[in-house]
Amino acid sequence: MNWFAIGNIADIPLRGARCVKTPQGKIAVFRTAENEVFAIEDHCPHKGGPLSQGIVHAKAVTCPLHNWVISLETGKALGADEGAVKTIALRNDDGALFIALESLMMAAE
Amino acid sequence: MTEKLVIIGNGMAPGRMLEHLLEKAPGRYEVTIFNAEPRVNYDRIMLSPVLSGEKDYEEIIIHGDGWYIKHGITLYKGHRIVSIDRDQRTVTSDHGVTESYDRLVIATGSVPFILPVPGHDMRGVITYRDLDDVQAMLLAAQSREKAVVIGGGLLGLEAAAGLAGRGMDVTVLHVMPTLMDRQLDPAAGYLLQKELEGRGIKIICKANTKAIVGNGKVEGIELDDGRVIPATLVVMAVGIRPSVGLAKEAGLAVNRGIVVDNGMQTSDGRIWALGECAEVDGMVYGLVAPLYEMARVAASHLAGERSATFVHSDTPTKLKVTGIELFSLGDFADGDDREEIVLRDAAAGVYKRLVLKGNRIIGTVLYGETADGAWFNDLKKKETDISDMRQTLIFGQGYQGGAPLDPMAAVAALPDDAEICGCNGVCKGKIVSAIADKGLTSLDDVRAHTKASASCGSCTGLVEQLMTLTLGEGYSPAAVQPMCGCTDLGHDDVRRLIKAKGLKTIPAVMQELEWKTSCGCAKCRPALNYYLVCDFPDEYADDYQSRFINERVHANIQKDGTYSVVPRMWGGVTNSGELRAIADVVDKFEIPLVKVTGGQRIDLLGIEKEDLPAVWADLGKAGFISGQAYAKGLRTVKTCVGSDWCRFGTQDSTGLGIRIEKFMWGSWTPAKLKMAVSGCPRNCAEATCKDIGVICVDSGFEIHFAGAAGLDIKGTEVLGLVKTEDEALEHIVALTQMYREQARYLERIYKWAKRIGLEEIRRQIMEDVDKRKAYYDRFVFSQKFAQVDPWSERVSGKDKHEFRPMATVGYPEAAE
Repeated sequence: MNWFAIGNIADIPLRGARCVKTPQGKIAVFRTAENEVFAIEDHCPHKGGPLSQGIVHAKAVTCPLHNWVISLETGKALGADEGAVKTIALRNDDGALFIALESLMMAAE
Repeated sequence: MTEKLVIIGNGMAPGRMLEHLLEKAPGRYEVTIFNAEPRVNYDRIMLSPVLSGEKDYEEIIIHGDGWYIKHGITLYKGHRIVSIDRDQRTVTSDHGVTESYDRLVIATGSVPFILPVPGHDMRGVITYRDLDDVQAMLLAAQSREKAVVIGGGLLGLEAAAGLAGRGMDVTVLHVMPTLMDRQLDPAAGYLLQKELEGRGIKIICKANTKAIVGNGKVEGIELDDGRVIPATLVVMAVGIRPSVGLAKEAGLAVNRGIVVDNGMQTSDGRIWALGECAEVDGMVYGLVAPLYEMARVAASHLAGERSATFVHSDTPTKLKVTGIELFSLGDFADGDDREEIVLRDAAAGVYKRLVLKGNRIIGTVLYGETADGAWFNDLKKKETDISDMRQTLIFGQGYQGGAPLDPMAAVAALPDDAEICGCNGVCKGKIVSAIADKGLTSLDDVRAHTKASASCGSCTGLVEQLMTLTLGEGYSPAAVQPMCGCTDLGHDDVRRLIKAKGLKTIPAVMQELEWKTSCGCAKCRPALNYYLVCDFPDEYADDYQSRFINERVHANIQKDGTYSVVPRMWGGVTNSGELRAIADVVDKFEIPLVKVTGGQRIDLLGIEKEDLPAVWADLGKAGFISGQAYAKGLRTVKTCVGSDWCRFGTQDSTGLGIRIEKFMWGSWTPAKLKMAVSGCPRNCAEATCKDIGVICVDSGFEIHFAGAAGLDIKGTEVLGLVKTEDEALEHIVALTQMYREQARYLERIYKWAKRIGLEEIRRQIMEDVDKRKAYYDRFVFSQKFAQVDPWSERVSGKDKHEFRPMATVGYPEAAE
């Protein structure tokens, strides 16, 4: 596991998201109304919609393509839908944000 | 000491009887039911909506398993009684269960009549009676092949409409010259036939089935004129017969049905019969209202009240096919001693006929417009002398005594004993007093306490009007439907409270209106954001995080996460400079698809989000602004070339379209708003299926609205005719503002108009000059804050974070 600096919490709007590009695909980083920060794959388990573009409410995001609601804490679809995205470890050092990526992926190329 | 009550059959009649009995004499009987169907009691009338997909089986259950347990009733599912031993007082089921009784109720219902033609027992021939039949039809419908329904009566047509709705190619064979000949006169039958044919159902009347052909499995039907109609499914719906075999074997008096007296008792003093299997005064019944009446009478007798008697009454008939309004009641045959009053409006597909005898209504047939059915029914029941209102009688209750009244007045004017719910025999007074005495506030409550509109549901509108009448403003049908799971309030209440309390931010709304979630959801937040933008255009700071992604980044998200961009092309007019700029942008950004839209402009698809500001910068240099093709707001104003070019054009439709678009662009509306202006009634701009449209004529501008050409297809309604372009613009703007202020979020203008009423909208916009002016002024004020091009804002750096990744990590450094 390697920690990568991705920027500051202030870079993300409240109840909003930004995405981070990595060799393993895009990662969506969310900031809730309560100032909590979560990182999950930016890829809805339903049809691959970019979750970072959805509306953020409580600790969940609604996918912009077909309105699946995904928990930011567990990565699991809420309600009647079934599916999950990977959650990504995230560290918040006084506003400075870091995500953990597997080193294996980085060695490539 | 409890007595043993055994019931054979578990349909709607015995179900209702048990409800009455449990109320009148709780604990008097130990009840055992034998149901030949392997399930609980359900609303058989609603099988057609299940077939058509409008309801699920679960929704039509009357008594679930829990009900039987709660009342200590033993229900044998899938047990058919094969014999009754009247000496021993026992019944025995086909699974060998024998049960003794003190009292027995026979409610075996009816069996569908099967035409005894050759081939009637082949695979693929079914009847329409119970849920198993519906499931068989649904299974067959998956093939999307050909089906033939034999019988053009109530059941047959409902089956045909359901199967056609499920994608089958359906032919109806009816032996009589016109459809539903027992309920409709030939004229209404003809209108019904045309309507069904318009829906793609083939209808052959005077068709005598000679044989069902096939090889073990149905392949078609042969008529006696030699025609062969191919089919893989045949539904027999030619009628029903009371199911009397069991009673006959037991030696009870049986005629067409099981003979009962007007207390529902058979020739055996311990045995009652009710439902479709019973015959009272030489009559057998198949509609639910008299069957429920039998249930009431039988329950009274079983509870020891011997005075209750069954009285015959005519029951109105309705066809449960969505979109077809049909009402029939009483006797409508011609005769020397009879007169009739007929109203026909061919264009609107309306036919009304009243049959009179001695100045009293004895029969009614209504097609296309049935709102006055309850009133005519009431006049008939009371044998009211109609001489005084004969001239206007056919126009309905609203037209008695001068000017037309609003629809509510018609319901208000009904007497207390007017029947509202025909299925359950519930009158107006009973509903009104239940609402007042028990403090009922929702439709579900009223259904639970009175049963009104709880069976076929076709009187739901009337019941809701009664609720509004009784509860005043406190009840609006919408209040039943909350905005979302975050609140119990409906859209209308929220809008009203936002204004009344002056709530000007989303957190304020959520706080004051006691939202149940911390920060709403993807349903309520965009709605609230719109309501606040609309109500406080100058003060409210748009909450971008509460907008759907398209409105946040001013482009349309596509399935692969790229975006599409549509620049405004005023009135669909462009030029070489604009086209060249678009071509350059397409080349520069390697845009994969360029497509002309239905709204007369150009869509650039497949643009990466990060490229959007640069694309807009280039388009902006050529003078383009956002076409807002993503917005719940003004989209396009489509035009034809009008009097400048077209030899038929009556006015400058292109110029007017551009003027409207330049005046109204940027405005947010409850749902998307698409317009068109056509230069003559040939209507090349297709203005008569738009949210708002204009048809230019020699004498001015005919303003249309409330059309639809999406999920629903609907021609527009005419708002009115105005003489000048200026007036046209003012009326359109005022109408838009009225819609902006009143509609629910995501409610298109045609749905809003249906809810508010066309007359009311015409009154406010066409007739009330002050109101129109005020709407107009409020729109103009709001535009001061709305007409900012979102693209150029973003080219200058607004919301920069939206279009850039936060970081790029994990790639080898050396790559730079």
